[in-house]
Amino acid sequence: MLIVNSPIEEIIEIQKDIFLQKIYSPEIARQIQPGQFLNIRVSETVTPLLRRPFSVCDVEGDYIFIMFNIFGEGTKILSHKHKGDTIDIIGPLGNGFNISDDFDTAVIVAGGLGAAPFPYLTRLLRDKFEILSFIGGRSKSDVITFNLLNVKTATDDGSLGYLGNVVQLFEENLTSLKNKKLKVFGCGPNAMLRALKEICISNNINCEVSTDSAMACGFGICQGCPIESTEQKDKYLLVCKDGPVFNAKDVII
Amino acid sequence: MSKVDLSVNIASLKLRNPIMLASGTVGYGNEIAEFIDLNKIGAIVTKSLSLKPRKGNPPQRITETPAGMLNAIGLANVGVEVFVKEKIPFLKQYDVPLICNIAASTVEEYVECTKILNGEETIKAFEINVSCPNVKEGGLQFGNNLSAVGKVTEKVRAVTNKPLIIKLSPNVSYISEFAKVVKDEGGDAVSAINTLVGTAFNIFTRKPKVQNVFAGLSGPAIKPVALAKVLEIHQKVDIPIIGIGGIMNWKDVVEFMIVGASAVQIGTLNFIDPTAPIKIIEELEKYCEQMNINSISELTGSYII
Repeated sequence: MLIVNSPIEEIIEIQKDIFLQKIYSPEIARQIQPGQFLNIRVSETVTPLLRRPFSVCDVEGDYIFIMFNIFGEGTKILSHKHKGDTIDIIGPLGNGFNISDDFDTAVIVAGGLGAAPFPYLTRLLRDKFEILSFIGGRSKSDVITFNLLNVKTATDDGSLGYLGNVVQLFEENLTSLKNKKLKVFGCGPNAMLRALKEICISNNINCEVSTDSAMACGFGICQGCPIESTEQKDKYLLVCKDGPVFNAKDVII
Repeated sequence: MSKVDLSVNIASLKLRNPIMLASGTVGYGNEIAEFIDLNKIGAIVTKSLSLKPRKGNPPQRITETPAGMLNAIGLANVGVEVFVKEKIPFLKQYDVPLICNIAASTVEEYVECTKILNGEETIKAFEINVSCPNVKEGGLQFGNNLSAVGKVTEKVRAVTNKPLIIKLSPNVSYISEFAKVVKDEGGDAVSAINTLVGTAFNIFTRKPKVQNVFAGLSGPAIKPVALAKVLEIHQKVDIPIIGIGGIMNWKDVVEFMIVGASAVQIGTLNFIDPTAPIKIIEELEKYCEQMNINSISELTGSYII
């Protein structure tokens, strides 16, 4: 866990209103694993006050990448940064995806900005595993397939790919995958993750999900990001410290 | 070696400097110790401890507001037993005064908690939380009631000789009346202020942004209120005050001391910049040098009105 001031190398609008920020941060780049996150202070003023959590999107040498849309004040400020501006980062935070499990095919299931952590996961898995990516969104413009492999898309309004949600699309493809040893990696809205968890559990598929929560510190002291555990009824897990990646069977989403 | 004496006293508690880390913003010290050397801090106040472990409130527990944040954690904590067994050994490694913050829903529970913890040598003082706005029972009910605050102070005083600090609620008309009761019943100091009750709603769903509906407001937004409360106590009651509320930098610390605080607690800022307390201590030293202040305690209550 480091706290560093890192210069921005480049901000790229990869598609309308979706930004990729390339940050020079060798210390974090060396340590961070896919699924871990960064808590970023976007300005030194008191509005916005708190840091903003971002999944690491990719790592390339000494550079780390984050992906975001303009959602509120914090991301608006981030999108207006220029090359050479520095940002204050705490990271790497939380637990990432476990890629040492027994599987031969990685299945990525993502909705909207839930695609953010997967370019890095794809980079690490592409040489050893078969990768299938199911990517969804409300409409064509919400579907982010940047740097993903073997992509099938789904949209709620049918404007791109399959008409329906991404979990339904994944489920329809399951029969063709029955001879493979699958591991599912999911990220997206809670309703999507709940549905994904259900499908995976009923089909006995190992599934990890990257969860999201409002949080302040990102490293366990504010206790602001509880998530219900399947096992322990007497206490909550914390998204920041125990997650953000959980095995789907371990948490109630 | 600097000539400035940064040390301060809160009753019999001597601190190397006035910077304390506020309850609920440093857990039990282990996470923050990854960022800063705890041996340089004035004191550390634990997350509120209750007799039994508390699960805390369901999500969503926090939301950001202009220059502030609302939280309703619900006093999630490991309970005194686990604290003594699992958390104290870590804190023992450091030469930093440990202050245990205690929360309870009955007077008996406050007393019981204090008794259990009193024998622990590592614990240098108690801070009694009579003012958490985020639990259904206790908390505000105590903090709003003069005789209840008096009773808690009296009964806890009877079971410990360690410095006893009562953390006051700002959600009252005259906070100085509460400080007076604390003094009259044998309390050694007051912490002021706890969070202000607030709420926030989503205008599209019409639902509260924090599941508990009512939550505690902290951060720089509350600093002027906190300063006024500290000043009110200082003008009316002769009792050491620990100033809390929206401190973001060394200047805020000086301001709190000028209006009457003997020491301060850093809270929300720990979430944003966990290294800030150390930077603040360094800056305070520079300020004192620049202003020819030999002992930082000279600042306490030095306002000119």
